[in-house]
Amino acid sequence: MDSITTAASVVAAGLAVGLGAIGPGIGQGSAAQGAVEGIARQPEAEGKIRGTLLLSFAFMESLTIYGLVVALVLLFANPFAG
Amino acid sequence: MGSLSFAFPFAELEVGQHLYWEFGNFRLHGQVFMTSWIVIGALLALVVVGTRKMERDPRGVQNLLEFLWDYIRDLARTQIGEKAYRDWMPFIGTLFLFIFVSNWGGALVPWKLIHLPSGELGAPTADINTTVALALLVSLSYFYAGLSRKGLRYFEYYVHPTPIMLPFKIVEDFTKPLSLSFRLFGNILADELVVAVLVFLVPLVLPIPVMFLGLFTSAIQALIFATLAAYYIGEAVEEHH
Repeated sequence: MDSITTAASVVAAGLAVGLGAIGPGIGQGSAAQGAVEGIARQPEAEGKIRGTLLLSFAFMESLTIYGLVVALVLLFANPFAG
Repeated sequence: MGSLSFAFPFAELEVGQHLYWEFGNFRLHGQVFMTSWIVIGALLALVVVGTRKMERDPRGVQNLLEFLWDYIRDLARTQIGEKAYRDWMPFIGTLFLFIFVSNWGGALVPWKLIHLPSGELGAPTADINTTVALALLVSLSYFYAGLSRKGLRYFEYYVHPTPIMLPFKIVEDFTKPLSLSFRLFGNILADELVVAVLVFLVPLVLPIPVMFLGLFTSAIQALIFATLAAYYIGEAVEEHH
Protein backbone atom coordinates (compact mmCIF):
# COMPACT_ATOMS: atom_id res chain seq x y z
CA MET A 1 0.00 0.00 0.00
CA ASP A 2 1.46 3.40 -0.87
CA SER A 3 1.70 6.04 1.81
CA ILE A 4 -1.07 8.27 0.45
CA THR A 5 -3.58 5.39 0.59
CA THR A 6 -2.43 4.57 4.12
CA ALA A 7 -2.81 8.17 5.25
CA ALA A 8 -6.23 8.53 3.62
CA SER A 9 -7.41 5.24 5.15
CA VAL A 10 -6.32 6.17 8.66
CA VAL A 11 -7.94 9.62 8.44
CA ALA A 12 -11.11 8.11 6.99
CA ALA A 13 -11.22 5.46 9.72
CA GLY A 14 -11.03 8.16 12.37
CA LEU A 15 -13.71 10.23 10.67
CA ALA A 16 -15.99 7.21 10.22
CA VAL A 17 -16.21 6.58 13.94
CA GLY A 18 -16.02 10.21 14.98
CA LEU A 19 -18.77 11.49 12.69
CA GLY A 20 -20.79 8.33 13.20
CA ALA A 21 -20.86 8.97 16.94
CA ILE A 22 -22.52 12.40 16.65
CA GLY A 23 -26.00 11.31 15.61
CA PRO A 24 -26.39 8.40 18.04
CA GLY A 25 -24.99 10.62 20.80
CA ILE A 26 -27.73 13.17 20.27
CA GLY A 27 -30.31 10.41 19.92
CA GLN A 28 -29.25 8.66 23.10
CA GLY A 29 -29.33 11.95 24.92
CA SER A 30 -32.89 12.69 23.96
CA ALA A 31 -33.95 9.08 24.63
CA ALA A 32 -32.44 9.27 28.13
CA GLN A 33 -34.20 12.59 28.67
CA GLY A 34 -37.50 11.02 27.75
CA ALA A 35 -36.87 8.07 30.02
CA VAL A 36 -35.95 10.27 32.99
CA GLU A 37 -39.08 12.36 32.46
CA GLY A 38 -41.14 9.19 32.24
CA ILE A 39 -39.68 7.81 35.46
CA ALA A 40 -40.16 11.13 37.26
CA ARG A 41 -43.79 11.21 36.19
CA GLN A 42 -44.47 7.56 36.89
CA PRO A 43 -41.84 5.97 39.16
CA GLU A 44 -43.66 2.62 39.25
CA ALA A 45 -43.02 2.12 35.52
CA GLU A 46 -39.25 2.31 36.00
CA GLY A 47 -38.54 -1.33 35.14
CA LYS A 48 -40.42 -1.25 31.86
CA ILE A 49 -38.95 2.10 30.87
CA ARG A 50 -35.45 0.90 31.63
CA GLY A 51 -35.87 -2.19 29.48
CA THR A 52 -37.19 -0.22 26.51
CA LEU A 53 -34.50 2.41 26.97
CA LEU A 54 -31.68 -0.13 26.92
CA LEU A 55 -33.07 -1.84 23.86
CA SER A 56 -33.35 1.46 21.99
CA PHE A 57 -29.87 2.46 23.16
CA ALA A 58 -28.51 -0.69 21.59
CA PHE A 59 -30.21 0.18 18.30
CA MET A 60 -28.72 3.66 18.31
CA GLU A 61 -25.34 2.35 19.31
CA SER A 62 -25.28 0.02 16.36
CA LEU A 63 -25.22 3.06 14.06
CA THR A 64 -21.85 4.02 15.48
CA ILE A 65 -20.85 0.39 15.23
CA TYR A 66 -21.51 0.54 11.49
CA GLY A 67 -18.99 3.37 11.37
CA LEU A 68 -16.63 1.22 13.39
CA VAL A 69 -17.05 -1.67 10.95
CA VAL A 70 -16.17 0.67 8.07
CA ALA A 71 -13.14 1.89 10.03
CA LEU A 72 -12.03 -1.68 10.73
CA VAL A 73 -12.41 -2.60 7.08
CA LEU A 74 -10.30 0.41 6.11
CA LEU A 75 -7.60 -0.51 8.61
CA PHE A 76 -7.43 -4.29 8.35
CA ALA A 77 -9.04 -5.35 5.10
CA ASN A 78 -8.53 -2.35 2.87
CA PRO A 79 -9.79 -3.12 -0.63
CA PHE A 80 -7.51 -0.43 -2.11
CA ALA A 81 -4.37 -1.76 -0.49
CA GLY A 82 -3.32 -3.16 -3.86
CA MET B 1 -1.41 -4.14 6.70
CA GLY B 2 -3.95 -6.91 6.88
CA SER B 3 -3.50 -7.85 10.49
CA LEU B 4 -2.83 -6.35 13.83
CA SER B 5 -1.44 -7.91 16.91
CA PHE B 6 -0.64 -6.35 20.23
CA ALA B 7 2.44 -8.03 21.61
CA PHE B 8 1.60 -8.20 25.27
CA PRO B 9 1.36 -11.30 27.43
CA PHE B 10 -2.26 -10.80 28.53
CA ALA B 11 -3.63 -8.86 25.61
CA GLU B 12 -2.89 -10.53 22.39
CA LEU B 13 -5.48 -9.70 19.83
CA GLU B 14 -5.32 -10.71 16.24
CA VAL B 15 -7.71 -9.18 13.75
CA GLY B 16 -7.73 -10.67 10.30
CA GLN B 17 -5.66 -13.74 11.17
CA HIS B 18 -7.34 -17.10 10.93
CA LEU B 19 -6.59 -20.76 11.23
CA TYR B 20 -7.40 -21.87 7.72
CA TRP B 21 -8.79 -25.29 6.93
CA GLU B 22 -8.73 -26.16 3.25
CA PHE B 23 -11.56 -28.17 1.75
CA GLY B 24 -11.15 -28.36 -2.01
CA ASN B 25 -11.47 -24.78 -3.18
CA PHE B 26 -12.85 -23.51 0.10
CA ARG B 27 -10.88 -21.94 2.90
CA LEU B 28 -12.64 -22.19 6.21
CA HIS B 29 -11.90 -20.27 9.38
CA GLY B 30 -11.10 -23.22 11.62
CA GLN B 31 -11.15 -21.37 14.94
CA VAL B 32 -14.73 -20.25 14.35
CA PHE B 33 -15.82 -23.82 13.68
CA MET B 34 -14.12 -25.10 16.81
CA THR B 35 -15.73 -22.54 19.11
CA SER B 36 -19.11 -22.96 17.40
CA TRP B 37 -19.00 -26.70 17.98
CA ILE B 38 -18.07 -26.15 21.61
CA VAL B 39 -20.99 -23.75 22.00
CA ILE B 40 -23.40 -26.14 20.28
CA GLY B 41 -22.10 -29.02 22.40
CA ALA B 42 -22.51 -27.03 25.61
CA LEU B 43 -26.08 -26.08 24.69
CA LEU B 44 -26.97 -29.65 23.75
CA ALA B 45 -25.49 -30.98 26.97
CA LEU B 46 -27.43 -28.41 28.99
CA VAL B 47 -30.72 -29.30 27.32
CA VAL B 48 -30.15 -33.06 27.56
CA VAL B 49 -29.23 -32.85 31.25
CA GLY B 50 -32.15 -30.53 31.97
CA THR B 51 -34.80 -32.68 30.31
CA ARG B 52 -33.67 -36.14 31.40
CA LYS B 53 -35.47 -36.53 34.70
CA MET B 54 -38.29 -34.05 34.52
CA GLU B 55 -40.33 -33.35 37.62
CA ARG B 56 -43.53 -31.52 38.33
CA ASP B 57 -41.69 -29.08 40.54
CA PRO B 58 -38.75 -28.01 38.41
CA ARG B 59 -35.40 -27.79 40.14
CA GLY B 60 -31.92 -26.92 39.02
CA VAL B 61 -31.27 -27.12 35.30
CA GLN B 62 -34.89 -27.93 34.48
CA ASN B 63 -35.93 -24.76 36.27
CA LEU B 64 -33.46 -22.73 34.23
CA LEU B 65 -34.69 -24.29 30.99
CA GLU B 66 -38.31 -23.59 31.85
CA PHE B 67 -37.42 -20.00 32.63
CA LEU B 68 -35.67 -19.71 29.26
CA TRP B 69 -38.63 -21.31 27.51
CA ASP B 70 -41.01 -18.80 29.09
CA TYR B 71 -38.73 -15.94 28.16
CA ILE B 72 -38.42 -17.01 24.52
CA ARG B 73 -42.14 -17.70 24.25
CA ASP B 74 -42.97 -14.22 25.50
CA LEU B 75 -40.49 -12.72 23.07
CA ALA B 76 -41.88 -14.68 20.12
CA ARG B 77 -45.50 -14.08 21.08
CA THR B 78 -45.17 -10.31 21.40
CA GLN B 79 -43.37 -9.97 18.06
CA ILE B 80 -44.98 -12.64 15.87
CA GLY B 81 -48.47 -12.68 17.28
CA GLU B 82 -50.72 -15.27 18.85
CA LYS B 83 -51.45 -17.24 15.68
CA ALA B 84 -48.07 -18.03 14.22
CA TYR B 85 -45.62 -17.81 17.09
CA ARG B 86 -45.63 -21.53 17.88
CA ASP B 87 -44.08 -22.44 14.51
CA TRP B 88 -41.25 -19.98 14.92
CA MET B 89 -40.46 -20.25 18.61
CA PRO B 90 -37.80 -22.99 18.15
CA PHE B 91 -36.03 -20.91 15.51
CA ILE B 92 -36.07 -17.73 17.58
CA GLY B 93 -34.99 -19.64 20.68
CA THR B 94 -32.12 -21.33 18.86
CA LEU B 95 -30.90 -18.02 17.49
CA PHE B 96 -31.10 -16.35 20.88
CA LEU B 97 -29.38 -19.14 22.80
CA PHE B 98 -26.65 -19.71 20.21
CA ILE B 99 -25.77 -16.02 19.97
CA PHE B 100 -26.01 -15.49 23.71
CA VAL B 101 -23.82 -18.45 24.62
CA SER B 102 -21.37 -17.58 21.81
CA ASN B 103 -21.01 -14.00 23.00
CA TRP B 104 -20.62 -14.87 26.65
CA GLY B 105 -18.43 -17.87 25.88
CA GLY B 106 -16.13 -15.63 23.88
CA ALA B 107 -15.85 -13.23 26.79
CA LEU B 108 -15.84 -15.58 29.79
CA VAL B 109 -13.90 -18.67 28.70
CA PRO B 110 -10.12 -18.16 28.86
CA TRP B 111 -9.48 -19.21 25.27
CA LYS B 112 -6.01 -17.66 25.36
CA LEU B 113 -4.75 -20.74 27.22
CA ILE B 114 -5.20 -22.78 24.04
CA HIS B 115 -2.63 -21.85 21.46
CA LEU B 116 -3.38 -22.20 17.79
CA PRO B 117 -0.79 -22.14 15.02
CA SER B 118 -2.51 -19.07 13.59
CA GLY B 119 -5.42 -16.90 14.68
CA GLU B 120 -7.05 -17.31 18.06
CA LEU B 121 -10.16 -18.83 19.57
CA GLY B 122 -12.94 -16.44 20.53
CA ALA B 123 -16.62 -15.74 20.13
CA PRO B 124 -17.87 -17.26 16.85
CA THR B 125 -20.05 -14.16 16.44
CA ALA B 126 -16.95 -11.96 16.21
CA ASP B 127 -16.44 -13.39 12.71
CA ILE B 128 -18.46 -11.74 9.95
CA ASN B 129 -19.15 -15.08 8.24
CA THR B 130 -21.08 -16.42 11.23
CA THR B 131 -23.25 -13.35 11.56
CA VAL B 132 -23.94 -13.12 7.83
CA ALA B 133 -24.97 -16.77 7.83
CA LEU B 134 -27.35 -16.18 10.74
CA ALA B 135 -28.78 -13.04 9.12
CA LEU B 136 -29.35 -14.82 5.78
CA LEU B 137 -31.10 -17.63 7.67
CA VAL B 138 -33.41 -14.99 9.12
CA SER B 139 -34.07 -13.58 5.62
CA LEU B 140 -34.87 -17.02 4.23
CA SER B 141 -37.14 -17.83 7.12
CA TYR B 142 -39.22 -14.68 6.93
CA PHE B 143 -39.74 -15.23 3.22
CA TYR B 144 -40.69 -18.83 3.94
CA ALA B 145 -42.96 -17.76 6.79
CA GLY B 146 -44.79 -15.26 4.60
CA LEU B 147 -45.06 -17.49 1.54
CA SER B 148 -46.15 -20.59 3.43
CA ARG B 149 -48.77 -18.78 5.47
CA LYS B 150 -50.23 -16.43 2.85
CA GLY B 151 -49.04 -17.86 -0.47
CA LEU B 152 -48.60 -15.28 -3.20
CA ARG B 153 -50.66 -12.84 -1.17
CA TYR B 154 -47.42 -12.33 0.75
CA PHE B 155 -46.34 -9.91 -1.94
CA GLU B 156 -49.22 -7.59 -1.05
CA TYR B 157 -46.97 -6.60 1.80
CA TYR B 158 -44.69 -4.85 -0.70
CA VAL B 159 -47.44 -2.52 -1.93
CA HIS B 160 -49.32 -2.45 1.30
CA PRO B 161 -50.15 1.15 2.16
CA THR B 162 -49.39 2.42 -1.37
CA PRO B 163 -47.43 1.08 -4.37
CA ILE B 164 -45.02 3.98 -3.84
CA MET B 165 -43.51 1.90 -1.04
CA LEU B 166 -42.45 -0.86 -3.45
CA PRO B 167 -38.82 0.20 -4.04
CA PHE B 168 -38.27 0.91 -0.36
CA LYS B 169 -39.60 -2.47 0.65
CA ILE B 170 -37.40 -4.21 -1.90
CA VAL B 171 -34.34 -2.32 -0.66
CA GLU B 172 -35.37 -3.25 2.87
CA ASP B 173 -35.03 -6.94 2.01
CA PHE B 174 -31.34 -6.32 1.39
CA THR B 175 -30.69 -3.93 4.25
CA LYS B 176 -32.31 -6.19 6.83
CA PRO B 177 -29.66 -8.95 6.68
CA LEU B 178 -26.93 -6.34 6.20
CA SER B 179 -27.81 -4.42 9.33
CA LEU B 180 -28.52 -7.58 11.36
CA SER B 181 -25.13 -9.08 10.57
CA PHE B 182 -23.10 -5.88 10.90
CA ARG B 183 -24.74 -4.94 14.18
CA LEU B 184 -23.90 -8.23 15.85
CA PHE B 185 -20.44 -8.55 14.31
CA GLY B 186 -19.47 -4.97 15.06
CA ASN B 187 -20.67 -5.02 18.63
CA ILE B 188 -18.91 -8.24 19.56
CA LEU B 189 -15.70 -7.32 17.78
CA ALA B 190 -15.81 -3.84 19.33
CA ASP B 191 -16.14 -5.34 22.80
CA GLU B 192 -13.11 -7.54 22.25
CA LEU B 193 -11.10 -4.67 20.75
CA VAL B 194 -11.93 -2.25 23.56
CA VAL B 195 -10.97 -4.76 26.24
CA ALA B 196 -7.77 -5.68 24.41
CA VAL B 197 -6.74 -2.06 23.89
CA LEU B 198 -7.46 -1.20 27.53
CA VAL B 199 -5.52 -4.20 28.81
CA PHE B 200 -2.70 -3.12 26.51
CA LEU B 201 -2.69 0.39 27.99
CA VAL B 202 -3.57 -0.29 31.66
CA PRO B 203 -3.23 -3.98 32.50
CA LEU B 204 -4.70 -3.64 36.03
CA VAL B 205 -8.28 -3.21 37.38
CA LEU B 206 -9.41 -0.66 34.77
CA PRO B 207 -10.48 -3.20 32.12
CA ILE B 208 -12.80 -5.02 34.54
CA PRO B 209 -15.77 -2.60 34.39
CA VAL B 210 -15.37 -2.48 30.62
CA MET B 211 -15.51 -6.29 30.57
CA PHE B 212 -18.77 -6.17 32.50
CA LEU B 213 -20.09 -3.59 30.06
CA GLY B 214 -19.06 -5.97 27.28
CA LEU B 215 -20.99 -8.84 28.89
CA PHE B 216 -24.00 -6.59 29.17
CA THR B 217 -23.93 -5.44 25.54
CA SER B 218 -23.32 -9.01 24.38
CA ALA B 219 -26.48 -10.15 26.14
CA ILE B 220 -28.45 -7.20 24.74
CA GLN B 221 -27.19 -7.93 21.22
CA ALA B 222 -28.39 -11.52 21.46
CA LEU B 223 -31.78 -10.25 22.60
CA ILE B 224 -31.88 -7.68 19.79
CA PHE B 225 -31.00 -10.21 17.13
CA ALA B 226 -33.72 -12.57 18.32
CA THR B 227 -36.25 -9.75 18.71
CA LEU B 228 -35.59 -8.41 15.22
CA ALA B 229 -35.72 -11.87 13.66
CA ALA B 230 -39.08 -12.41 15.34
CA TYR B 231 -40.26 -8.96 14.26
CA TYR B 232 -39.37 -9.60 10.62
CA ILE B 233 -41.16 -12.94 10.69
CA GLY B 234 -44.13 -11.31 12.38
CA GLU B 235 -44.19 -8.62 9.71
CA ALA B 236 -44.26 -11.30 7.02
CA VAL B 237 -47.09 -13.36 8.51
CA GLU B 238 -49.22 -10.40 9.57
CA GLU B 239 -52.60 -10.17 7.87
CA HIS B 240 -53.51 -6.85 6.25
CA HIS B 241 -57.14 -5.94 6.05
